[in-house]
Amino acid sequence: MSDNPLSRRELLRNLGISAALAAPRAGLVSAQVAQHVHEAVAQEKTAAPKSEYAPKCFTAHEFKTLQRLSDLIIPADDHSPGALAAGAAEWIDYMASNSPELAQIFTGGFGWLDHHMQQHHAVDFIDAKPEQQVALLDVIAYKKNETPENAPGIRFFSWARNLVTDAYYTSPIGIKDLGYMGNSAMSEFHVPEEALQYALKRSPFA
Amino acid sequence: MLQIQRSPEVHDVVVIGSGAGGGTVVKVLTDLGINVTLLEAGPMLNPAKDFKEHVWPYQVDHRGVGPHAEGYFGKSPWGFSYFTAPNGYWNVPGEPYTVAPDSKFRWFRSRIIGGRTNHYGRISLRFSDYDFKPYSFDGLGTDWPVSYEEMSPYYDKAEEFIGVTGTKEGLRTAPDGKFLPPVAPRVHETLIQKACQKLNMPCVPSRMAMLTKPVHGRAACHYCGQCGRGCQTASAFSSSQAMIFPAMKTGKLRIITGAMARKLITDDTGRVTAVSYVEKATRSEKKIRCRAAVVAASACESARLLLNSQSTRFPNGLANNSGMVGRNLTDTTGYDLGGFVPALADLPRHNCDGIDGMHVYIPWWLLDDKRKDFPRGYHIEVGGGFDMPQIGFAHGEEGYGSALKSKMRAEYGAFVGFSGRGEMIPNANSYCEIDPTTVDQWGIPVLRFHFRWSEHESKQVRHMHETFAALIEAMGGKPEKKEIPERGVDAVSIGGEIIHEAGTVRMHEDPKQGPLNRWCQAHEAENLFVADAAPFLGNPDKNVTLSIVALAWRTAEHLAEEMRRGNV
Repeated sequence: MSDNPLSRRELLRNLGISAALAAPRAGLVSAQVAQHVHEAVAQEKTAAPKSEYAPKCFTAHEFKTLQRLSDLIIPADDHSPGALAAGAAEWIDYMASNSPELAQIFTGGFGWLDHHMQQHHAVDFIDAKPEQQVALLDVIAYKKNETPENAPGIRFFSWARNLVTDAYYTSPIGIKDLGYMGNSAMSEFHVPEEALQYALKRSPFA
Repeated sequence: MLQIQRSPEVHDVVVIGSGAGGGTVVKVLTDLGINVTLLEAGPMLNPAKDFKEHVWPYQVDHRGVGPHAEGYFGKSPWGFSYFTAPNGYWNVPGEPYTVAPDSKFRWFRSRIIGGRTNHYGRISLRFSDYDFKPYSFDGLGTDWPVSYEEMSPYYDKAEEFIGVTGTKEGLRTAPDGKFLPPVAPRVHETLIQKACQKLNMPCVPSRMAMLTKPVHGRAACHYCGQCGRGCQTASAFSSSQAMIFPAMKTGKLRIITGAMARKLITDDTGRVTAVSYVEKATRSEKKIRCRAAVVAASACESARLLLNSQSTRFPNGLANNSGMVGRNLTDTTGYDLGGFVPALADLPRHNCDGIDGMHVYIPWWLLDDKRKDFPRGYHIEVGGGFDMPQIGFAHGEEGYGSALKSKMRAEYGAFVGFSGRGEMIPNANSYCEIDPTTVDQWGIPVLRFHFRWSEHESKQVRHMHETFAALIEAMGGKPEKKEIPERGVDAVSIGGEIIHEAGTVRMHEDPKQGPLNRWCQAHEAENLFVADAAPFLGNPDKNVTLSIVALAWRTAEHLAEEMRRGNV
């Protein structure tokens, strides 16, 4: 982190990068966030992307695999739509179409996923049962599971997760999921008392 | 072959470089009615076109990664990010520098009107009384030939002109100034203030060059937190918008962009008579004659220009019979530590953009503590809050699915970070010189850097680590896992990375000890002045820009007075 100027100056812009800390916990939903989600869902419904996106880089089979992966990585929940609706697969395909290096990482990864599924279940990844797909992700989504056999899968999944989350959290849907409310002009800066009291009550300074 | 074209016209003052120092000299001299010609190696800045203020990531095809996904492979073409104001680079295409085998150094350079002030952090801290007299204070370093009392009126002028937020605190380590109203602390910043209270540390409103009220025709801030992208309303200080653009309207300023200075030409008496530069667009060599020259190209670039300006009279480079040009190179030390604070998890959402960076900061608090094992000190910059999500937001996470999604939501805005910015004591191992074998694409010999931190800095950074961890724990948080390397110096940022280079053309009353006199005027060439951080005798824990502006202001007034008297 410290040898990267982006991280240094923009450390706190991107503090999520250095996370890997606390366990998941149930989300408290503020009214504002809920409103955003409703708007996002409504927008997504009215402006749904054409169902027949023509991939620029990947084959139809690869693109379907990517869509399935993006749906598994950031699914829709009762809070907001997921990476599939946010167009993560389309964005990754677009980026890969302009970067042979990136394209190779993804086509190689899709190949590894299919080969692995074929060996264990005699089907391609996309044709495997959801529980078979999830069982594989439960292995390759964690570095601690690394073995010589699955190391390429773990490495690929890290790329896939990075790009799917990048696509998602930089999309209108993902930004609303988080509840980011800035990037606007204000005549003065103030902090809502509700937010301040929320944090103080939960802090050692209560 | 490069063709040399001469112009018969004699320009009053040629200023080389348009950053904090050059911009200030341009402003002060044109205000006094003096004709100035400004040479800038990069292009003109066009805020309407160049600034990416208020752009959402999804409004850009590549969302900031780069059109060919460069950012994913460590090949980002931008100094900081796609969204940052132009125009700086860790590697300027066609203009290399070299680093000695036993050293590490990184050199961030800008090539555009306004220089690094277009994107900088805008932290604006006065140097303290003891910073000007470090040798008298603790026997390390060299006293400046200028005191705080002499500088104070120029800090006043600088602050009143650029606009700096703050509050009067009466701290010796953070002298008070002419402040605009501060900005309220964000939620995490209130927690940090309480943690500081508990640990007996000061935590005061930050001193930032953003306008909380309109100043000199520049509008008040609109609190979008994107100052680093460049501000369309010029509510965050940059020399381009606040100094150079207004000076262009006076009719006293001529700007030559795309002009890479190669050499200052002197006559038999040692006076600078002309500046030789490369017109980049045509790759032709030009020369302009001048009455006086002000070098403000940034500490290392200014040293390079003087070292490359050799002549019979100045065989070691211009104004360098002392051999001190390039010596005493310093940067600020940097060390960062972040942590997750559960009290902030699932914090009710609100807009906390504010001004870019921190609303509060921690000035040095142990000046008189005899138990610490390193000299001088550092200040602490704080971060956190709900920032606009960007590429990299979830990198480093594990897992997938709704668990990952809920975690990202709960933890958004629940991290705090601390960045230490500390003083480096000048040492004999840290300097720049001309690389005898390498030239840039214009044929100009390049710099070779030598740089080493000493035990002073490594001990200081260890102290930062312990302090930051204690602060995070006092907030009920959990510091990120980070081991301090075995060799303390390896924990310090790489030299140059904090982008506060200073000291390479220093002042000293004794011409053998420093190339410049107390007016930043060369002892050996009386119509040559330096106006960036090169004249500094130290690099206190107080970011350099405000002091560059204040010192350049004083230098420019002196130059104007000398011109009026006919001495220059």
